[in-house]
Amino acid sequence: MVTKPLTKNIDMSRPPLDIAGYEANEGYQSLNAIAKGLSPEDVLQLVKDSGLKGRGGAGFPTGLKWSFVPSGDNSPKQKYLVVNADEMEPGTFKDRLLMEGDPHLLLEGMLIAAYTIQASKAYIFLRGEYTVSEQALKKAIKEAYKKGYLGKNILGTDFDLDIIMHTSAGRYICGEETALLNALEGKRANPRAKPPFPQVSGLWGKPTIVNNVETICNLPGILTYGVDWYHGLAKGNDHGTKLFGVSGKVKTPGCWELPLGLPIRELIENYAGGMQDGLELRGFLPGGGSTDFMLPGHLDITLDYDEIAKAGSRLATGTMIILDDKTCPVGMVGNLMKFYAHESCGFCTPCRDGLPWVDQIFRDFENGLGSEKDLQILHDHVTYLGPGRTFCALAPGATAPLGSGLKYFKEDFEKHITEKRCSYKH
Amino acid sequence: MAKIVIDGVEYEVNPDNNLLQECLSQGLDLPYFCWHPSMGSVGACRQCAVTQYRDEDDKEGMLVMACMTPATDGAIISLEDKQAKSFRSDVIESLMISHPHDCPVCEEGGECHLQDMTQMSGHNYRRYDKKKRTHRNQYLGPFINHEMNRCITCYRCVRYYDDYAGGTDLSAQASHHHVYFGRHEEGVLESEFSGNLVEVCPTGVFTDKAFSGQYSRKWDLQTAPSVCVGCSVGCNTAPGERYGTLRRIVNRYNSEVNGYFLCDRGRFGFDYVNSRKRLLEPVKRVDNTGELLADDEIKAVIKEFSREGTIGIGSPRASNESNFALKTMVGDENFFAGYSDSEHESMAAILTLASDKTFHSPSVREIEEADAVLILGEDVTNVAPRIALALRQSVRNKAMDLASESRIPQWQDAAVRELAQHERSPLSILSPAVSRLDDIAADRVIESLPALVAMGHQIANKISGSAPAATSAEHDAAAEKIAAQLKGAKRPLIVAGSSNGSDLVKAAANIARALHEDGEKAAIDLCLLVPEVNSIGMGLMAAEENSLGVALDKLSSSAAKRVIVLENDLYRRASKSQVDSALDKAEKVLVLDQVTTTTTAKADVVLPVTAFSEHEATYINYEGRAQLSFQVHQCQKMAQPAWRWISDAAHIDDVIERCCSEAPGFAKLRDVLPGGNPFIAGMKVPRQSHRYSGRTAMIANVNVHEPKQMEDKESIMSFSMEGISAQKDPSIMASPWAPKWTSNQSISKFQDEVNGELKQGHVGSLLFEKTDSGAYFDVPAATVQPSGKQLHLALSYQIFGSDELSARAEPIRERMTDAYVGICPEDAERRGLAQGDVATITPTGAPVVVCIRTGVKPGTALLYCGDANISPAEFTGFLEIEKSAARATSRGIANLIVSDFQEEEI
Amino acid sequence: MSQQVIASTATKARKLSAEEIAEIEHEMTLYPDKKAVGLEALKIVQKNQGWVSDESLFGIAEYLDIPVADLEGVATFFNLVYREPVGKNVILFCDSVSCWIMGCESIKGHIKQQLDIDYGQTSEDGDFTLIPVPCLGDCDRAPVMMVGPDMHRNLTPEKIDSIISDYKNKQD
Repeated sequence: MVTKPLTKNIDMSRPPLDIAGYEANEGYQSLNAIAKGLSPEDVLQLVKDSGLKGRGGAGFPTGLKWSFVPSGDNSPKQKYLVVNADEMEPGTFKDRLLMEGDPHLLLEGMLIAAYTIQASKAYIFLRGEYTVSEQALKKAIKEAYKKGYLGKNILGTDFDLDIIMHTSAGRYICGEETALLNALEGKRANPRAKPPFPQVSGLWGKPTIVNNVETICNLPGILTYGVDWYHGLAKGNDHGTKLFGVSGKVKTPGCWELPLGLPIRELIENYAGGMQDGLELRGFLPGGGSTDFMLPGHLDITLDYDEIAKAGSRLATGTMIILDDKTCPVGMVGNLMKFYAHESCGFCTPCRDGLPWVDQIFRDFENGLGSEKDLQILHDHVTYLGPGRTFCALAPGATAPLGSGLKYFKEDFEKHITEKRCSYKH
Repeated sequence: MAKIVIDGVEYEVNPDNNLLQECLSQGLDLPYFCWHPSMGSVGACRQCAVTQYRDEDDKEGMLVMACMTPATDGAIISLEDKQAKSFRSDVIESLMISHPHDCPVCEEGGECHLQDMTQMSGHNYRRYDKKKRTHRNQYLGPFINHEMNRCITCYRCVRYYDDYAGGTDLSAQASHHHVYFGRHEEGVLESEFSGNLVEVCPTGVFTDKAFSGQYSRKWDLQTAPSVCVGCSVGCNTAPGERYGTLRRIVNRYNSEVNGYFLCDRGRFGFDYVNSRKRLLEPVKRVDNTGELLADDEIKAVIKEFSREGTIGIGSPRASNESNFALKTMVGDENFFAGYSDSEHESMAAILTLASDKTFHSPSVREIEEADAVLILGEDVTNVAPRIALALRQSVRNKAMDLASESRIPQWQDAAVRELAQHERSPLSILSPAVSRLDDIAADRVIESLPALVAMGHQIANKISGSAPAATSAEHDAAAEKIAAQLKGAKRPLIVAGSSNGSDLVKAAANIARALHEDGEKAAIDLCLLVPEVNSIGMGLMAAEENSLGVALDKLSSSAAKRVIVLENDLYRRASKSQVDSALDKAEKVLVLDQVTTTTTAKADVVLPVTAFSEHEATYINYEGRAQLSFQVHQCQKMAQPAWRWISDAAHIDDVIERCCSEAPGFAKLRDVLPGGNPFIAGMKVPRQSHRYSGRTAMIANVNVHEPKQMEDKESIMSFSMEGISAQKDPSIMASPWAPKWTSNQSISKFQDEVNGELKQGHVGSLLFEKTDSGAYFDVPAATVQPSGKQLHLALSYQIFGSDELSARAEPIRERMTDAYVGICPEDAERRGLAQGDVATITPTGAPVVVCIRTGVKPGTALLYCGDANISPAEFTGFLEIEKSAARATSRGIANLIVSDFQEEEI
Repeated sequence: MSQQVIASTATKARKLSAEEIAEIEHEMTLYPDKKAVGLEALKIVQKNQGWVSDESLFGIAEYLDIPVADLEGVATFFNLVYREPVGKNVILFCDSVSCWIMGCESIKGHIKQQLDIDYGQTSEDGDFTLIPVPCLGDCDRAPVMMVGPDMHRNLTPEKIDSIISDYKNKQD
């Protein structure tokens, strides 16, 4: 029984499996099912039944997302699949592992997704800095074309697919799916208004699905081993496995494929080896920079989308950032604010003009210039930059660590004001 | 219709619109920046947030952006809700972080949308105490200032300039709070519509450069509703005057004509009015010098010219009143057209077509509704620029249709553009060279003029077999395609004009007639452009046989002794030898004009005439729309409206009244006068705002006692700040103002609904009665082919330069080029001509600059006459060019903006 | 879309090399719209020239017949398009949250000291340009940075020294 469908082929001490090696380990099996007559509708139903949720951060059900793509004779002929491989969420390092470690898994997943929505063209929107992933994927694509898994009439069916590698010129906002589409079209990567959703009018105005790398990598397993197997993988309410990572001052930081539903404690203490000697856990961001802080008291909560939401945060990318007791929480939030302020695309007012103000206040705090007035302004911005107020989710993402940081580490902020310095600095 | 509840009050709204637009249509105050009535929504600024409730039980509600939310039936929203109000105030606070607060020295101050919205949103205390981000500014040419530090990043400028007006040299650059709007490098903004940036920008980033040099606050400008005299479109304007000089022109909303936008000729081409070179005193010629005429001498002159043997030559740039007064003075049979004989021929055809039921002359707004367009031989951008801007909108109808199919609201601007990509309604351009609209053209055929005429007839014949046939084998497929596109359209439009003779006009008419016959559609949109503000008005007054050529012959042959030339430089209209011989032969020549010209130099008596801003007048635009233009200010010297010099009429209304009853075709002219009882409570409408300042001080250097304000005995407006302001009647409102809304955005307070007609507004009066149904024109006989070194001639026009008066305005002069011939590289090579050479043209021998363009039809030469003394009337369809030893002329062709300029290899 | 030019503006465009043109032409086959190729072309030119000069910007715009203003809007939007000359090696230094927790500040201080450059600057010998970069996605091995296409992980001051000398030696 396969228990780690995402990473079963990955061994970072050697190059990734080539197509022969991949096939030998039950790779590209799903294509045979398609060649034998599995229809796009069948695949869609399987994916819906699997309960797969998007692994990019938002956790939206993948099958449901796909079902909005218009189908039938009256729908536009050209449809697109786009893989969001623009991993840039602070503290997130999972897609890199998948692409560097097992590129064919992604390609197989893309074939399934493209077949389901009947897209004949797919783009991998890869972060430009991921040079190793780029080489691995390019090689894999070449092999897949040679083998007839890509190109015209794949495995004798009337399904065609071309996969095109696009390396991004770098900006966090490109991870937002509509901004990504603008970037792919060679435009400034401002997000687009939704509705209309990309499923209806996406890349070059055509129906488009944008999925995260990890989401796509879940697909081959679902088709090859079945929905029941997939449901059996998880321990909690959600289905399948997920990549979880831990970074920060733990003993053995890393990234592991684990069933959904494990307690957080197990991840941090068993897999990441617990805190480094002499350090205490102060708090953690459970799924990258855009999630609310959680506290040591939350360690027994399970790694489920809903459970973490109940604790006021989000599972999001599943890559945790650990805050220890010798690191300044104000500085940590400030670092994130600098990031968000710089990565704002500059389209909508609150994000463009609000975040730099927040950033500037944190710089002042750092230099012992913080004031009560500034603290109030930070609090105001938590509301001001919140969901529904900005054009996209970038600034609301920034308010997650900001709002929770202000709440949980209140005394640290106040100490910066009263002591006119950062007491963590020696 | 949908019903929505706003703050507890139920409103009937249009569900196809968004909440912001509907709130404004209902007269509510909801602040906004990035939304613009003609450009739809993008949701960037977040200023128009309102609270929307799920149902009546929902007390919390959630914030939505009104501009991005449809006005769905049953929607419950609140503008007053605390969270919405406080968010809107927060947005302003953000926008103001780096704004320099330099209102006292900013040209926008006092009519600044940002000021208005800041006040409205209740942000009044600055908490931001960090460093502001700053930008460097760019030189953008003679029209526009750039002050980026004031920018609030609403993206309106690029959405207007690029998306709406088709410009390519302004863009958003950089990112996060460093976003910058500018050119890729310093330089002249290339779009012919760049001036609208001044009004589109909600604050003072883009301001009017010419105005800056002689700046005055909006409230200190004396202003009145006016009509642009730059071309035949008749855009509505609001000129502003201070200290006796005209300071600027801004757009005045007219839902049928110009909407919110002007072209740069209209906006920046007025300062000849202030010129010292104006004619400002009545003079007679005595031994080659001018001598001032006394009042009694003037009377004697008029008496002399009232005698038998006097003929009058009218003017397409003079008002109906002045042309009519001249016609009355000399008698119908002695009143002659003041445009070239070639134009006369075109105009005869145009006026005949105007009363034909088969055709409809579309307004600018209607042009935007066309879903298939054919431009036959006319360079719209340079002849009637505002219409080129409208055509840019017409090609978007396809996008709107696609959006409807995908259920994307039309106001979702970015989404509609994304969906449609490069899909456009078909627009085909048949012309002798590439044009500034080619980027939106589906099909473009470049041919010599005779070939274009033939192709026009061919298209007509393909649409309906009963149209006379013509063949042009080379373009059969294109003709077929264009015919099919026009036939398949719901609202096809044919655009042609008088720029290059009547044959093109006739071919265009045949196409429209064929469409009418084929589809049994209502009248077909046929837009026939003419060059000047009152070409149509004067054309209606002159008898068809009374052409300029006939008038000049009469003088040369002494069949007439005296001539009165009304606001006209005849040397631009007929050949030099013809005019010379006529004026030399005439016993006496009386010229009435605003400016000195070659013709005034030949006059025995010159009477100074007021400029457009100095008198009340009516003009007829290309579609036959009569419009009233009020006097803005008084002429400081002795100029008078021409009709006043030459008639006894005391009051302009009397002239208009007489014109209505006596001149055929003018019966409906009186409709443009303010109707009913225009005087509110017996008071006149002030030209000065209620905040007009300095009245006592402004002439203190002359007289410390404030004299009585000059009386205006003629119009319903007064030269004063007293009275009932035009807010009560937008039809006599120059610049809109409403409480809390000092900028031009206040216009929504006066519209029926956003983008609708002004509430009591007047869109002018269409003069033409549709009474006839004519027949097809014949295909012209095959033309003579050019011989030897000859090239086919096609007259070319420039937005900056072709109009006689605006070409005297300083900012326009900075953008002008010299007279040039445009030829293709092969024709240049054959003649040994290089880019920028000076050549002479036969028959006149005038020097012109050689402009080698890859997009000119081989065998054809474009001739742009510029402000050189070259009359198009010298040529009869052909041109010869020879290299000249002469040095380059003054400006060269450096300012020419064309896409096909042959770059030299480096 | 035709790009309108002022006749007198002497063209500043650099003629793209045959190599660049071949690569751009290849991209043309992958994207249905020239605008998309514009961004690709910027990257291609940068790969060949190290950065995108004004002349190159004009060259691309001219070659693709797209407005240079739009292209500049795109070029200045993205972090990894360099509109100023850079050194032989670009150091993309991650200073996002995990690296910050793991002490990237002091590593940066060390680089600053060794090369005498701050963010956005190029060392006097033209060997290195230091640019901050958002999270490089290698957080379990923080602090990290890239030099050219290569990742360097678990950085320490000593490691920085050897990296710098390695690149210097590589050039010699």
